[in-house]
Amino acid sequence: MMWRVGTVVALQDETATARTITLKVPDWPGHIAGQHVDVRLTASDGYSAVRSYSIASAPNAEKRVELTVERLPNGEVSPYLTQELAVGDRLELRGPIGGWFVWRTQQTEPIQLIAGGSGIVPLMAMIRSRASTGSTAPFRLLYSVREPGAVFYRDDLLALSDCYNKVSLTYAYTRIPPKDWPRPPGRIDGALIADVTWPSNLAPTCYVCGPTPFVESAVGFLSASGNSADKIRTERFGPTGDRK
Amino acid sequence: MGIISRGFSGRRSAADAKLPPGQYLTTDFPVLSAGPTPHIPLDQWEFVIDDGTNVLRRWDWKSFRDLPTETFTVDLHCVTRWSKLGTSWEGVSVDTMLADVKTDASYAMARSYGDYTTNLPLKDLRNGQAWIAFRFDNKDLAPEHGGPARLLVPHLYLWKSAKWVKGLTLMSHDKPGFWESLGYHIYGDPWREQRYSGDE
Repeated sequence: MMWRVGTVVALQDETATARTITLKVPDWPGHIAGQHVDVRLTASDGYSAVRSYSIASAPNAEKRVELTVERLPNGEVSPYLTQELAVGDRLELRGPIGGWFVWRTQQTEPIQLIAGGSGIVPLMAMIRSRASTGSTAPFRLLYSVREPGAVFYRDDLLALSDCYNKVSLTYAYTRIPPKDWPRPPGRIDGALIADVTWPSNLAPTCYVCGPTPFVESAVGFLSASGNSADKIRTERFGPTGDRK
Repeated sequence: MGIISRGFSGRRSAADAKLPPGQYLTTDFPVLSAGPTPHIPLDQWEFVIDDGTNVLRRWDWKSFRDLPTETFTVDLHCVTRWSKLGTSWEGVSVDTMLADVKTDASYAMARSYGDYTTNLPLKDLRNGQAWIAFRFDNKDLAPEHGGPARLLVPHLYLWKSAKWVKGLTLMSHDKPGFWESLGYHIYGDPWREQRYSGDE
């Protein structure tokens, strides 16, 4: 797979630690919502480091690719991408990569999206892809975040989630909910999953993305609610939580 | 060499010298799976070697655990670019499991609970290069890492080391498994950086 060169045309902070990078990639071949890219940084002595990032944007004719990068405390690449990179810089990337954790516009069945933290990124590409192609597939998103300030794409989600109730959105706050929020702060649980996700008899396809422990628990609740394993697709990141 | 990233110096460590190209060192044990983690009770677990038509060998958990085991320490390289060095395991060598199997096959499809598959040349499963592992770090292998038992083929990218493995189907011709059908390399040698289909 060949390396391509993109030029940074816009940068936008999503939260205090996450930034969306918009690249113009003249030879971009197009992508499917949910796919990711490899990004390569190269130092002046030739040393290079590569990391994978999910694509946040819908496929588009302008050959623009948006990546949202969360800054990891001891990261090698993410601090550069979120703090050093400037508009006009060129960035090497290759992709799109991945053919499993994807939503194709031909899919018409109900879609259940469940995001933990920055796991929203590939799911946002699916929501945007649905909107840009005029799909009428019914979507639901359950988005678990620490606090309101940690929400990515707030305005876009608001704009895309009220069209005829075909994309419904539920936030679950783990630490600090907004004032007067009905649900006490806490991790997602079986009652919430049963309450806000599609009934399993509608046979939704479920996409779950987030840190490993989050995905494990969300999938457990989906299964307990009657969703079959072959309808659940997952993308995990980060350690399992049991650090050595 | 690629385009220089203005202001990027990177972080190099002595240990990087031991890593395949494009990998970085982690001390965590990240998890990559395509779907839910299956939970397989030991009294329902079995491992079957077949040729696509006939069952050649079959073990339940007890007869599997009666086989001689080996402890071994290996480096793991995931296609998502993390490498973890010096991991310690216990398992049954695939040589042991294939010992009484007469076959002309050159390839195998590893099959897992949860319907995952991955293909390998049979020679990569022989000669002390592959195990059915059931203990990691002196503990029973956790479900999210492939327990009760997983294939471990550490000289290939880790997606070849099928979690929750339940058998091998021997094949005369190579055929892509799950990730190999979705754009990943048919063989997956980390030292040649064979990540994606089309990589040399």
